[in-house]
Amino acid sequence: MFYRESGDFSETYPADSQTFPIKFDRYRYYAVLVVAFLIIPFIINDYWANAILVPFLIYAIAAIGLNILVGYCGQVSLGTGGFMAVGAYACYKLMTSFPDVSIIFHILISGGITAAVVALFGLPSLRIKGFYLAVATLAAQFFLVWLFNRVAWFYNYSASGQINAPDRTVFGHLVTGPNTDAWAKYMICLVFLTFAGIVARNLTRGSLGRKWSAIRDMDIAAEIIGVNPLSAKLSAFAISGFFIGISGALFFSVYLGAVEVGEAFGIQKSFLVLFMIIIGGLGSIFGSFAGAAFMVLLPVLLKNVLVGGLGWDTALAAHLEFIIVGALIIVFLIAEPHGLAQLWRVAKEKLRLWPFPH
Amino acid sequence: MFPDQFLFAVEVMLNGLMAGVLYALVALGFVLIFKASGIFNYAQGVMALFGALTLVGIMDGQVPFAHLINAIFGTNVHHFGWHVPAFLSILLVMVVMVGLAWCVQHFIFRHLVGQEPIILFMATIGLAYFMEGFGDLMWNSEIKKLDIGIPQGGSMWIEEATAFLGGSNFYGFFIDKLEIVASVVAIILVIMLVAFAQYTKQGRAMRAVADDHQAALSVGISLSFIWVLVWSVAGFVALVAGIMWGAKSGVQFSLSLIALKALPVLMLGGFTSIPGAIVGGLIVGVGEKLFEFLIGAPFLGGATENWFAYMLALLFLVFRPQGLFGEKIIERV
Repeated sequence: MFYRESGDFSETYPADSQTFPIKFDRYRYYAVLVVAFLIIPFIINDYWANAILVPFLIYAIAAIGLNILVGYCGQVSLGTGGFMAVGAYACYKLMTSFPDVSIIFHILISGGITAAVVALFGLPSLRIKGFYLAVATLAAQFFLVWLFNRVAWFYNYSASGQINAPDRTVFGHLVTGPNTDAWAKYMICLVFLTFAGIVARNLTRGSLGRKWSAIRDMDIAAEIIGVNPLSAKLSAFAISGFFIGISGALFFSVYLGAVEVGEAFGIQKSFLVLFMIIIGGLGSIFGSFAGAAFMVLLPVLLKNVLVGGLGWDTALAAHLEFIIVGALIIVFLIAEPHGLAQLWRVAKEKLRLWPFPH
Repeated sequence: MFPDQFLFAVEVMLNGLMAGVLYALVALGFVLIFKASGIFNYAQGVMALFGALTLVGIMDGQVPFAHLINAIFGTNVHHFGWHVPAFLSILLVMVVMVGLAWCVQHFIFRHLVGQEPIILFMATIGLAYFMEGFGDLMWNSEIKKLDIGIPQGGSMWIEEATAFLGGSNFYGFFIDKLEIVASVVAIILVIMLVAFAQYTKQGRAMRAVADDHQAALSVGISLSFIWVLVWSVAGFVALVAGIMWGAKSGVQFSLSLIALKALPVLMLGGFTSIPGAIVGGLIVGVGEKLFEFLIGAPFLGGATENWFAYMLALLFLVFRPQGLFGEKIIERV
């Protein structure tokens, strides 16, 4: 009824292999972009930006990064928090060392630095697999957090051990620091997310993405058909690290402004991002968005209902949140291992046939 | 007479051995479940926390879910007002752990049979989150004291007996009595487990399942029963670990983080080997304490215990991917 491809003919190969081959899908995608870029910035306020939209955008970038590694290449990583910290501290050092360079470049370079660090920690993946590797990435998590805590050079010898984002502007508008407008925070994160989404989508459906999937499905078989495991695995680690680094840099400079490493980038963060991609859908870019939205919205919703609505105290709501998140993870793994993205796919298939399902 | 520096290093090593025993205790639970069902149980640490929380709750006569009940009904209940003796409470907690094992098997892993190991691993992370919230909801999240009559404090006897070894600055080795008790308990536990696995019918069935699921099924062993059994035994081990750690540092959230300490132990020892878990635990315990004492605190700014074990395990794995005692990993296409 609403959603069908009849009358929608593709006449060239590029037209047939584009991301949204169905016209309705394509227009929906443009509509989302228009709303996100042209409408939300004008109606956004501080609460919506800080509680929901900015964290969602930043976590979505991290989730895309982790999804490339876990969902596409099959290398489970529990070091996301530590890797985000690398992005954040790289960004801080760059911002304070080169104050004249635009923050856009700082964030991109932080992504590059994180990519190098993650690739380094990805080296053992050539020897060890499965949860041996997952545990090995925990080494990165603990080591990096310790490093940023103990080595004073990273936080410029500040007395509190915290890092604080100085004021920086893009096109004359403040984007970091405490006096930033809500829309400016939102816009810079949105631009990076759009960039990350488009790059990730095109990488994962190209030859590199196919190599990753081959490694994920069975690495020995992939090696036999000519995929080089060294380059495939390390490129997945590096590219995943690039996105995670960008999200860490944004998380620190735009969202929080001041960071204490153990608190902001502890192991809980690693699990949070992992949960996002499990719930959202492993091996799906849309799933990264859906999972990030879900995990950002769930605590806000619970807090509003339980604390605001029923008047329970916050500790109780926090316990319930743990229970619900844990139960949801299990339910999703049992009932729908491909997460929200798969539910969305099923819904689309149903809509295509509706109202004549046979 | 030895130089003081050397004696201090020995003391650090002894304490490391004791800590290592506690790590090994947690790692044991992992190995049991992994051998029998191929599940890498991240929730082992939370099971220890849950066991300890339940033990304290029963001993003090706390009302379960008091917080929730009060919030819903506006009442103000918190304690029943009785105190249950330690031995009886431990028995009750064991019943709870068996119930938990049944629930885990029945509601979660029965539905995940045949999934990839990494999916099972992520399911146990979900389970860990669930149990963490559930334990806190049931018994509230305050730090509790666990006192079941284990002696605590430094052992004066060892201190006095060893004081002659060093000069006037050396007062003998300081070793916590609790850790000595923990070591003895751990040794007894391992002997019990080995005896159980070797000489009882259920133990043999357990080993058969660990060897080959299908072969075990074909000779009439009930897989689901064995899995519940294994989870119960692991729950019991977790309870012992929880009691020891809880008596040492109070029953609180950080107890669940000992699981994170047990992971490198497993990587060192190999996921499938009980002796490996013990040796790995001792290596990690001694290694991290000595490293902190000799290199970490003087040169690196301290607190290296957080990551040393992981780095050690990581380096180790690059050379021997199956761990010290693990079975050789053979992969086929």
